[in-house]
Amino acid sequence: MRFELTPRTHVSPVMRALAPVAAFITAFLIAGFVIWLMGRSPVAAFDVYVLQPLSDPWALQELLVKATPLALIAIGLSYCFRANLWNIGAEGQYVIGAVLGGWLALKTHGTEAGAWVLPLMLLLGVIGGALYGLIPAFLKTRFGVNEILTSLMLVYVAQLILDYLVRGPWRDPKGFNFPQSVTFDPSATLHPILEGGRVHYGAVFAAIAVLVTAVVLGRTLFGYRLKLTGDAPRAARFAGFSSKATTMAVFAISGGLAGLAGISEVSGQIGQLQPSISPGYGFTAITVAFLGRLNPVGILLAALVVALTFIGGESAQILLKLPLDLTQAFQGILLMCVLAADAMVSYRIRFATRGGGK
Amino acid sequence: MKADVPPSGAPLVELKGISKRYGDLLANDGIDLSIEPGEIHALLGENGAGKSTLVKILYGVIEPSAGEIRWEGRPVSIGSPVEARALGLGMVFQHFSLFDELSVAENIAVALSDEWNLSTVRSKLGEISSTYGLALNADRAVWTLSAGERQRIEIVRCLLQNPRLLILDEPTSVLTPQESEHLFTTLDRLSAEGCSILYISHKLEEVRRLCRRATILRAGRVVATIDPRAKSAREIAALMVGNEVGEVRTDAPHHPEGEILRVANLSMPPAGLHGQALRDINLVARAGEVVGIAGVAGNGQSELFAALSGERPADRADAVVIAGKASGIMGIDARRRLGAAFVPEERLGHAAAPSHRLSENTLISHAAAEVSRSGFILVNAAKRLARSIVQSFDVRTPEGDPQARKLSGGNLQKFVIGREIIRKPKLIIVDQPTWGVDAGAARLIRQALVDLARAGSAVVVVSQDLDELFEVADRMAVIHHGSLSPLRPIGEWTREAVGLEMLGVAQAHGGAHAV
Amino acid sequence: MTIVEAILLTIVTASTPLLIAALGELVTERSGVLNLGVEGMMAMGAACSFAAAVTFDSTLIGVAAGMLAGTLMAALFALLVLGFAANQTGSGLALTILGLGLSGLIGAPFVGARRDPIAPLDIPILSDIPVVGRLFFEQDLFVYASIVLTVLVGLYLMRTRSGLTLRSIGENHTSANALGLPVWRVRFWAILFGGACAGLAGAYLALVYTRFWSPGMTAGRGWIALALVVFAAWRPGWVLVGAYIFGAATVLQLHAQAAQFGVPSQLLSAVPYLATILALLLLSIRHGRAIGAPGSLGVPFVPDR
Repeated sequence: MRFELTPRTHVSPVMRALAPVAAFITAFLIAGFVIWLMGRSPVAAFDVYVLQPLSDPWALQELLVKATPLALIAIGLSYCFRANLWNIGAEGQYVIGAVLGGWLALKTHGTEAGAWVLPLMLLLGVIGGALYGLIPAFLKTRFGVNEILTSLMLVYVAQLILDYLVRGPWRDPKGFNFPQSVTFDPSATLHPILEGGRVHYGAVFAAIAVLVTAVVLGRTLFGYRLKLTGDAPRAARFAGFSSKATTMAVFAISGGLAGLAGISEVSGQIGQLQPSISPGYGFTAITVAFLGRLNPVGILLAALVVALTFIGGESAQILLKLPLDLTQAFQGILLMCVLAADAMVSYRIRFATRGGGK
Repeated sequence: MKADVPPSGAPLVELKGISKRYGDLLANDGIDLSIEPGEIHALLGENGAGKSTLVKILYGVIEPSAGEIRWEGRPVSIGSPVEARALGLGMVFQHFSLFDELSVAENIAVALSDEWNLSTVRSKLGEISSTYGLALNADRAVWTLSAGERQRIEIVRCLLQNPRLLILDEPTSVLTPQESEHLFTTLDRLSAEGCSILYISHKLEEVRRLCRRATILRAGRVVATIDPRAKSAREIAALMVGNEVGEVRTDAPHHPEGEILRVANLSMPPAGLHGQALRDINLVARAGEVVGIAGVAGNGQSELFAALSGERPADRADAVVIAGKASGIMGIDARRRLGAAFVPEERLGHAAAPSHRLSENTLISHAAAEVSRSGFILVNAAKRLARSIVQSFDVRTPEGDPQARKLSGGNLQKFVIGREIIRKPKLIIVDQPTWGVDAGAARLIRQALVDLARAGSAVVVVSQDLDELFEVADRMAVIHHGSLSPLRPIGEWTREAVGLEMLGVAQAHGGAHAV
Repeated sequence: MTIVEAILLTIVTASTPLLIAALGELVTERSGVLNLGVEGMMAMGAACSFAAAVTFDSTLIGVAAGMLAGTLMAALFALLVLGFAANQTGSGLALTILGLGLSGLIGAPFVGARRDPIAPLDIPILSDIPVVGRLFFEQDLFVYASIVLTVLVGLYLMRTRSGLTLRSIGENHTSANALGLPVWRVRFWAILFGGACAGLAGAYLALVYTRFWSPGMTAGRGWIALALVVFAAWRPGWVLVGAYIFGAATVLQLHAQAAQFGVPSQLLSAVPYLATILALLLLSIRHGRAIGAPGSLGVPFVPDR
């Protein structure tokens, strides 16, 4: 048996738009099968994972809370992935953004510092993430080191830095030896959009990022530069777009947005630094970016959909005793289905048998 | 499967009604072809006539949609190149199927059947090399070899299997005239020993030199089977192209004035592991003239193009002077703004992005085209520009604003050359302007380049096609191993002299660089 | 046993899974396919081997289950990148995410269980040589197997026809296809071999190195194995050297943590990751670009018409 792949000459926009939907449905069916294998009811799981969160106002809010960092990070990653550059270290950039921004919160803790603290914290978060993202970019452009491996290794390093800080110098002296910092002052806290709600201003940043990115990617020369670099790198050089500058720019942008997500999460949701500040947003955002077809609006939708699996996963753990790892496994399956669907949009695939075999 | 005793009188191989369909395109349409034992049979046709498809079917690389192949009178099905080789077919590809990092012996062994190993290949290699005058060092890595030597590997690879039929696809396109003559001697000898040869070419002179029978393809069909010696080149060309292709008019008065491009002592180290260094290149192009640069592929043409365009700037500003500005260390954008334009060899992926629409592809020369303002794309301006290129250069498109990859080679080449010419550059540098382009488009492109020069621009054409250079160039130089011969008026060059320069023989006494 | 001997022994144990996983990935990459899913396949190998070994109380069944799990994961990857010509980087990441999640599911019921150590295979006489004897000739079976595997992979690639075919396909799949070399078939088996090796490496981690299961226990070893292949310039001998250097770095930082030099333990824990970056950096500085990389590495194969 062998495969035959022929590039499709014509791809309808409808097909392109439906591919992620089809991928999502397929992933659900596979996940249902896995749950059935585990001896649970897929129908009950579907109810807990999807229907209940969508019919519960509290859960709907939570959906936005979880979608915010996912969308911010994935929007940043879409700059990289469009240019065919592989930043898979967003999780680390998220952590460093939180650390650098958090540093200011701890420095000003208990002082009379005013309203300038929060904006500066957010700025530091962006700078921290961007600088951390620039490390693999610099190593790649200057020395030709593969960015996939370096950006990933730096995730572990970032997590260890945070771990060291909250267990060592930044530990709350009155915290009964728990590995966590003091709780941030109100001046260092990102407030909810609605009084008493859970959705903080990070969601606004995500919305702005989506809008700005839609304009940048669709209407500017810089957006075209990324597309050209990704689709035809030699043509990009021919167009006068330096690949080094592109690499540095997209890593700085994606690192900055991941850092912003990190500091927003810490100052808006968690309120302090602790050893674990992310359920893997930085990695999940990779799936989100692809599920959204690297398109800003698509990413926003994808972030909401994937956030659902986080919330569903948490309630499934409580209600059905399904481990949280199922969520991660589902995200892996989802990414696979998205990539396969993408390929099926670009190629006609035929399974052929022929004598001799190749 | 292999018949030991052929039925008397049957041709060695016979193709009957071979068709191959790709979607709407019928690449081969009911092709009949037969080759006798010991015959050198030519397969003639334009680019895109279906020659490559046909030989790939014969060699088992692709499957025909319909038709039958008979080998010594018996129907056979050739499912893969391995089966083709078992039957006695050997193939020398136009784009060599070699592995750069592997040694010559490994490259040969990997294509042979299981009974061969590296040591048997080595010992047999010496034998074949001396018999046919195909010198090769078994342990050299392929990337260190010249195009001619690489082709030898492909030929030896076939000969080691005692082929009954050898297929050569445009074999001389990478050879110097002298190397070509050497190849013809080898082919004559093989034919005398009883090996049949299917010789694919679009060069009439070669075919007339080698073959007694030629099958001519046009648009996927056989239009004639002829004796090439009995017909004039003009008649054969008419059969290939279908209608008369006019000649390029170059007779307009030619008064070059003022330097537009000056290259002075340009040297560059090799770009990558396997690149060619440029050595002390000197070159001047004046307004109103076409300067030709001849050479066998891989002698530094793409490196020279990268250095002139600024894709890879030099380390000295005065190494390249464009319109009076020392621009050696400028990037490609800055050089475009000085009024220079560039067309690289690769259409898809270098000159144009395959998956992008033509209007998006106008953005590639954005530095000099009115398609963006303060960083924002002027979508309508880009669309208008694409439309006017399509109209002015007779680009045939399947739809209004198609993706670049949907255009045929000739039409895309007209588009990428048109994209540069339409803004009337002071200087244009074109690498292989008509490589793989049909005759009609080639003529249009050459005419457009000549017209641009006559209108007062400087035109530099880098080409492997000597006929093309003799047709359009006013002055010409030859590049060999990264060095450029002196630039001489075209009338002072003979094919033979060019061949010697291509081999590097004349380099020794080419000390002084004419300007 | 002296402390030095003990440290040297643990270095061997820490290096072996890196070596096995990297050898598998090396073969996959030499065929022109980049499988970034080593971490996921390794995690699955660890979880499945431990679950099977505990359930059936057999190390042998455990090892077989680990290799099978790695192979099945690799088959899934092969379906994506060969069948659908999907993006290899993305597919590898997906495989890692899936593997880490699934291994958590499979391993969950076995958290807290322990396996007994495996008796070392004592090679008589040779093992009586002081220091060196115990170090080299009184190891578990896997250690010997990993060394033999290194040699076999080297011989296979450089001395056999099939290895030549595999290298050719990795070097230039377009040429290989034109010559009729079976690009898909060879890549399929190369991917499966990589998966089996990653599974075996995971099994070794769970059954020999830690002897228990905990989620995320692969701790980036799959990624380090990937870096080792680059570091080794795609040559098996250098993978062996690299694996032992990294194994040593891992073990020494653990001992340094225990010795409490006053250096934060997190800094020491970061040593393997920083060392990976440093190694890649030094390699690139010395050779300019990734030297020895197969020409078609990571490029999806779609035969032209």
